Amino acid sequence: MSKTLSEKLWERHLVHEAPGDQDLLYIDMHLVHEVTSPQAFDGLRLANRPVRRPDLTLATADHNVPTIHIDRPIADPVSATQLRALDTNCAAFGIELYPLAHPNQGIVHVIGPELGLTMPGMTVVCGDSHTSTHGAFGALAFGIGTSEVEHVMATQCLPQIRPRTMAITVDGDLQPGVTAKDVILAIIGMIGTGGGIGHIIEYRGSVIRALSMEGRMTICNMSIEAGAKAGMIAPDDTTFAYVEGRKHAPRGVLWERALDDWRTLPTDSAAEFARDVALDGSAIRPHISWGTNPGQVVPIDGAVPSPESFDDAGAREVAARALTYMGLVPGTPMREIAVDTVFIGSCTNSRIEDLRLAADVVAGRTVKPNVRAMVVPGSMMVRAQAEVEGLDRIFKDAGFEWRAAGCSMCLGMNADKLRAGERCASTSNRNFEGRQGPGGRTHLVSPAVAAATAIAGTFATPSELG
Amino acid sequence: MQPVTRIVGTAAPLDRSDVDTDQIIPASWLKRVERTGFGIGLFSAWRENDPDFVLNRPEFGGAKILIAGPNFGIGSSREHAVWALTDFGFDAVVSPRFGDIFRNNATKTGLVPVVVSEEFGEALLRAVEHDPTLEIMIDVTEGWISAPSVGLESEFTLDEFTRHRLLEGLDDIGLSLRHVDKISAYETGRPAWMPSVDPD
Repeated sequence: MSKTLSEKLWERHLVHEAPGDQDLLYIDMHLVHEVTSPQAFDGLRLANRPVRRPDLTLATADHNVPTIHIDRPIADPVSATQLRALDTNCAAFGIELYPLAHPNQGIVHVIGPELGLTMPGMTVVCGDSHTSTHGAFGALAFGIGTSEVEHVMATQCLPQIRPRTMAITVDGDLQPGVTAKDVILAIIGMIGTGGGIGHIIEYRGSVIRALSMEGRMTICNMSIEAGAKAGMIAPDDTTFAYVEGRKHAPRGVLWERALDDWRTLPTDSAAEFARDVALDGSAIRPHISWGTNPGQVVPIDGAVPSPESFDDAGAREVAARALTYMGLVPGTPMREIAVDTVFIGSCTNSRIEDLRLAADVVAGRTVKPNVRAMVVPGSMMVRAQAEVEGLDRIFKDAGFEWRAAGCSMCLGMNADKLRAGERCASTSNRNFEGRQGPGGRTHLVSPAVAAATAIAGTFATPSELG
Repeated sequence: MQPVTRIVGTAAPLDRSDVDTDQIIPASWLKRVERTGFGIGLFSAWRENDPDFVLNRPEFGGAKILIAGPNFGIGSSREHAVWALTDFGFDAVVSPRFGDIFRNNATKTGLVPVVVSEEFGEALLRAVEHDPTLEIMIDVTEGWISAPSVGLESEFTLDEFTRHRLLEGLDDIGLSLRHVDKISAYETGRPAWMPSVDPD
């Protein structure tokens, strides 16, 4: 029978299935961080259970770590306690940990792929909704809550309801200056924040095939912003070239065997999806969010919409509320909106390719006076690579702060926060109220638009800079 | 987890769609390493900044059921959102559509996610806004929700496994460990190219 990529992966990982039960799936890699794990470890202790497969579990500190002065004691005592708990728990349960300042430390969804722990055909979970990122490799990857974290630790399995399948096909060719971030923002704008609920999305089409692994990770990362259980892209030569030679990637005969296996994964030509959505990639423009959820986006050439322009009464109310929070007036061209802060970072856009793109825009230019601009590399390995290439110099010369790795201002758990009323061009994934700090106003953009906006002081694309 | 078969009580109407988990429990609360005490953080930004916010209104004090618009619990996977709702006193949330991770998290803690049609959800919201003392019943055994005094009643679905777990208050991990032989057998057949984390 013809099957889709996600159906093949689901069936390969079935440990148990029976009527009246949820499917029990085997988990090939469990990534752990400091925020969603302490209560899970406590649960294991209470029940006197070990971690079943420490060798399939990797921990790092990312959500709640400082991105400056990482060699000094952590100032916030509550944060310090949480990070100490991760140290203690990993030591007690035999889990490998990359703590703050370790050369492999970084955002879980950046370090998994760069260490070769994310590969096609795997199931990957983490107590973080952006685990969908790993689907870019043709892995089945999804975010879980703390009870499920404990469950995977104890059993290396998870009971799950099988999601429906959904294809999103982006054909055509992207225009110059349009990036993976713009593609996914356009998709979420089209299907909405609930459009993918209960589904695993497979991204297909010529635009997706032409993307680098970094671009594919950006796309899959934001699947959760459309509500999807997971996002996936079929593995191909681009995937294999990225994985080959990485620290944990198979070598020699095992590599050949893996390749043979991975080539059988893509969706069969006769397979059908429960839902099909198509976009014309050639028509996508650089996108920017104007509201307080990631479905509220417009092309950068557009203007702040009027609530009356929405058909649905619910959408009108949501839009009016969002505009009040964001301090925006309908009809204002997006390019005329000034920002206070520019944040380049997060599991969506903090990989080496993102930093190269942003550095290329800011090279020889200066950040607009009174704009605070910061670059937070996704991992210490990305940071080191960028420094080898001299990107840190370019950013610093332009007036950017150059930080250590972590989630940072994407969710404002550490000291990197917006102040109330501050407006930010951010390469992150969520523009929810208060996401980057209480009262902060977030506009989601690509690294190219973020970099150009830092220079112009108002929303801009690189091609507009003088 | 305590068994939950039937919930009877008043409700609080949260007439908003796309309520994300960052609103339910803001990030500053996530630094805590405990599983309890999150109730005071529930919707803290909205409660602090809006005196008319539903949870600030005394007539909705003591509500056991939260009625919300579509796409409730989208965004971050933080189970702290569920812990905040239960710690505050909620036993169930009613919405036409839940974020998948929130919904899973809810059932692990015994917070019942009640999925209703948009029409029924809207009607229930209006009825509760009109009469904050309106008594609502949720029957997990049979899968229905009703407000008998205004003639509102609807079925809702839970998969059999989740219903069984809620009704019996079963430990999810214990249930999976019944299949430990199958787990071990599966492990012997995993492809050799699969990665493992060797200590440095």
